[in-house]
Parts: sequence; structure tokens; C-alpha cells
Amino acid sequence: MSDTTRTPEGETPAPAADRPADETNGRLDADGRRREHEIWVAGTEEPDWITNATDEGAQEMLPRDLDPAVSVQRGVTVTDDYLEEEMIVDDERQIINMGPQHPATHGVLRLHMELEGETVRRVKPIIGYLHTGMEKTAETLPYMSGGTNVTRMDYLSPLNNELCYALVVEQLLGVEIPSRGQAIRVLMTELNRVSSHLIWLATFGMDIGALSMMIYGFREREAILAFFEKVTGLRMNHNYIRPGGVAADLPDGWEDDVEGIFDVVRAGLDDYQDLLNGNPIFLDRTQGVGVITPKEAHQYGVTGPIARAAGINFDLRKVFPYSGIEQYDFDVPLGKHGDVFDRYLVRTEEIRQSLRIVEQVLETMPGGDYRTDDRKVTPPPRKRIDESMEALIHHFKLFTEGFKVPVGEAYQAVESPRGELGMYLVSKGAAKPWRLHVRTPSFATVQSLPVMMTDLIVADVIATLASLDPVLGDVDR
Amino acid sequence: MSDESIPQDESLEAQAAVEASPALELPGDPILVELAAAFPSVSFTSFEPLSGPRQDTAIVDRDELLAFVQAVKDAGFETFIDLCAVDHLNREPRYDVVTILLSMEHAKRLIIRVGVPGEDPTIPSITSIYAGANFYEREAWDLFGVIFEGHTDLTRILLPDEWSGHPLRKNYSVGSVPVQFKGSFKSS
Repeated sequence: MSDTTRTPEGETPAPAADRPADETNGRLDADGRRREHEIWVAGTEEPDWITNATDEGAQEMLPRDLDPAVSVQRGVTVTDDYLEEEMIVDDERQIINMGPQHPATHGVLRLHMELEGETVRRVKPIIGYLHTGMEKTAETLPYMSGGTNVTRMDYLSPLNNELCYALVVEQLLGVEIPSRGQAIRVLMTELNRVSSHLIWLATFGMDIGALSMMIYGFREREAILAFFEKVTGLRMNHNYIRPGGVAADLPDGWEDDVEGIFDVVRAGLDDYQDLLNGNPIFLDRTQGVGVITPKEAHQYGVTGPIARAAGINFDLRKVFPYSGIEQYDFDVPLGKHGDVFDRYLVRTEEIRQSLRIVEQVLETMPGGDYRTDDRKVTPPPRKRIDESMEALIHHFKLFTEGFKVPVGEAYQAVESPRGELGMYLVSKGAAKPWRLHVRTPSFATVQSLPVMMTDLIVADVIATLASLDPVLGDVDR
Repeated sequence: MSDESIPQDESLEAQAAVEASPALELPGDPILVELAAAFPSVSFTSFEPLSGPRQDTAIVDRDELLAFVQAVKDAGFETFIDLCAVDHLNREPRYDVVTILLSMEHAKRLIIRVGVPGEDPTIPSITSIYAGANFYEREAWDLFGVIFEGHTDLTRILLPDEWSGHPLRKNYSVGSVPVQFKGSFKSS
């Protein structure tokens, strides 16, 4: 890390290259493309380039005493059972990279890992490979188009992102959504939770070697995506839930489709539990692995199924209910040990509870309008445009300029499948947000990786990472 | 990259309205009343949305931030939720750093807002109190250039290390910045 990165005025000078330019040039071919392979004889003194081989400029691992010490937060420094700390010479530790291109990182996440044999002593997550400046983009899009932006952040639960965005805009707008609109939102986001947990089960199974799980999870999820396509027109990135309501009413016969989903997913869940719950390999690989304690979860802002698997009784749908979800009955499953296995149990039970909510929505779906009748937010019906000049003007204004949101700052959080998804919106009275900050659950999860992974073996790192369900598009935004 | 393009579409009256938030009466919450008694210079505002919980904001001076955050943590706000910066451009102080804390026991959120002047964008880091602020402060530094004093590893987190400038500042022009990937200057 260099001091130059802290220049206040923003014009950060590029850090000096790790090697002097002329030295680098000396290793290049005439075409300037290929470097000679350096060979170093074991047992001789290490040349400089070996020592610097993992030097990563600003992103290098800090010296141990400078590391924002994990041991401080944990309160203990764990020593290995069979290897005393004093016996370890420094060169037995090596730093390797996992990722950014690694099938088990679910995207482009890179982990610096300091290994001692096969034990991981320190981990530093490096992110940003998928950063596309979506918070800046949000400042250039009118409120009505903003949903297309946020839906692409967490691409496994796009409807939850849209819901959060719509709710935070509606908070400042002060519009009420009719009960049918709210029920449709609950229906769609809960089904989205099921599909997200199913794909988690699929990839989790794949990562720890239960390859059939991968096929099963995707198979059951397909039924839900087909329903989404029928309702919204798209399998992902729907832009279906918008400020003011939802984009369209449910299609005819949606009840039968949803009932079909119940059958498929419930049968699937029973199969998974037959496959995994008694499987000794699965149990050995997941129980007692990747533990996070409630205290650590609080410190690092870890929420959602991971925190609930550690026994934290907190579900935003119960504590800060939104979109009328408080009128439906459901239970919040809690784990006890905070390990990978409890996360699996909590998520499978959450699928059942979400289906329970969807079942109640199905029975009690109210009639009426699916979006607010506030003409400042909702475009007039197509028929009115032919009859009324006012309607035409409203329509034109809405789609050219967009609606304006009163001055204010608001924070809204929803329970996404990964935890607390929050949006902090600052409006200055214009038709575009002044600032939209997205508090994504995966960002906090990735930050807490060192806590869970320190002193695990490498194979358990994969199981732990898979159990957290990070979405890197959500982390980097 | 030019720093001259300043967005003009925001009216100054709207900005004035933000600044002139009404004088605040204390939200009738025992925890907040206690905090307000201990920190007389801290002011509180609340926003009551049509649905959902009331949002209480504490506006804190940056010199008092560490003591206040510690007091808030001791008052039961055990969970770190969020930290972000906001650039108000033509306002003084120019930046806001917004921290959101949660008390699961009392089912309560507290938003802490700290003004940071544009010519001296420094603020004490709260990583010693909430370890989870680590990545969030790095992100705020990366995107806004707000310096968190006391942070042990304040480096770029989302952008490449060689990036210059802080793109979420309002005077950072959008577009036409060549993309430079990490490490590309070494191998090409």
C-alpha cells in the first residue's frame, strides 16, 4: 500500500510499478509480448522476483500486525492442534490467489489466501471486477427507468431489487399502492426468493461434489422462471415492479401456474432432503464448517439466512414489514450453530415458508387496480389519451420528463434472499435521484469472509463460500 | 477528463429547502432522548413515511462522531448496516457521510449524518467501533474521496488501483474515461 493513494484532491498519482520499467523491458521479446520464464533453483537464495511475486500494489495483504485483525474481533487467536505457532517458520506460509476466474467463486471474486500447508491462515477478499458504476448510472435515469438499473444488480433476485427501489421512491412520493398491487408484489418477490434459494442449492451442491443437485435445482427453478416470463415478459431483469405499482396485471390462469409451481418445488424439496440430509459425506463437509457467531454477524452487518443460521432472530418481513406482508402467516426458521449445514437447513425451510406465503396470496388475492391511480405517477389508460387533452399531456410529460419526487432523504430495506437489501435515496426535487446508495447484502457477506474462513482447510473454504450465496454483481454494483 | 461539467438541472431553492430542515423536536423515544441529553450539540430529525417505521436521523459534528457512535453502540445498536457518502456539491459542508445502525433488540434504526467540508474531506473512521465499516469506508473513499482517518487499509475497492479521481463526485464528468484494467501496465 502506498501513501499516494490518500491524496485528498482526488488526482491520485498512479502508484509506481512494482518493478522498474527498464527491468521489465529487459524481459520482453522484440515484439514486446512475451516474457522469459525465470527459473530459480531450490535451495539457493530467493531472488527478488520470487519474493515480490505476490506483491499486488495497493491490494497486497498488509503485514500481520497491520491487518484489521480478525483476531481482535473474534477475541481469540486460534492455534492449530498439532502445530505450535512457534514452530512455524515464515517460509512455510505462502500467499496464493483463488480467482478471479474460479468456478467456485460464483462470479469474479478473488481471494488472497495465506496458506500454511493446507490450512488457511488469512484471507483477503478483493472485489470490484464487476463494478459498472450503477450508483452513478442511477443518477442519470428518471425514476421510472431506474428499475431497469437496479434489477441488474442482484441478478438472481431482480424482483426484490425492484421492490426495494419502488418502495424507497414511494416513501418520498407519499403514494399508496392498492392492495392488489401489494399482493402481486409479495407473490412475485416470494417466488423470487424460492427461485434464488433453488439456484443456491444447485450451485452449493455442485461445489461440494453433489453434482446431481445442480441439475435438480435448475430443473425446479425453471418452473418459476417460466411463470415470471409469462407475467413480466422476461426471465430476468424484469422491470416489473415500478414506483406506483406493478407494470401489468397478472395474466389469465395465473392461479393454475402457481399451483403447478407448488407441486414441482415441494416434490423437489423432498427429493433434495432424501439426497442430502442423511448423506454422511455431505454432513461431514458442512457441519461445523465456516462458523460465524452472532456477535461477529452484528459487527460485520451480516444479515439474512446466514445470520439466522447463527441464531439471530431477525427477519425484516417480521420486524419492519413492507408491502402488506404482515397479513400473511409464516415462520422464521433459525439455526443454532451458524455453520454451513445450518445455512442449508434454514434456506430449505425458507423455501417452504415462502411457498406458504404464496399459497395465502393465492387464496386471498384482492381485486381492484394493480397500480396507484395517482395521475402524477401512473400514465393514463390508453383509451383516455384519445379522448382527453389532459391525459395526452400527462402521458407525454411522464414519458419525456418523468415525475418529480419531493425533496428528502429516505432509507428503505427489504428482506432479499441474501439478507437486508437497503436503498438510501436522496432527492432534491428533480425527476432523477440526486444520489441512490444501495446497501447490498452480498457486500457485507464478502467482507466477513475472513472471519469465517480463517483457520479452515482449503476444501472447506469452497464449501463456506458456496454456503454464503454471494452474487458478485450485487457486491460490485 | 474534465472536472468542469457541473450538473445545472437542480434548482437552488430545492437545495435551500434541504438545508433549512425544520428545527427538530425530539422524537419521543427513550433511547434517543438519553442520547440527546448526553450530546447537546447533536440534533435529531425524523421522517415519517406513509408506511413503514419512522426514520430518525442524528446530525452529528465530525469531531464528536467517535464518541457519539460509541454511545449509540452502548445504547444497544449492535448491528452495523450501512455507510455511504453523498455529494451535495454547492452546499457547505459539501459531503454528507451517512451511517445506518440497527438495534435488533429495540427494532430500531438510527441514521447518523455527518457533514464533511469539501476542502478538507476527512472524517474519523469508525472501524475501531464497528469492524464492518471497513469495506464501506473504502468504498466511500474510492468513489467520493472522503478520507477516513484511522482506517488501516484505505485503498481502492471497486475501481482499479490506477484510477484517478473519484467518480461519484458530482463534478466528475461521465463518459470518455479510458478503461484501465488492473495490472495491464505490467504485461502489455
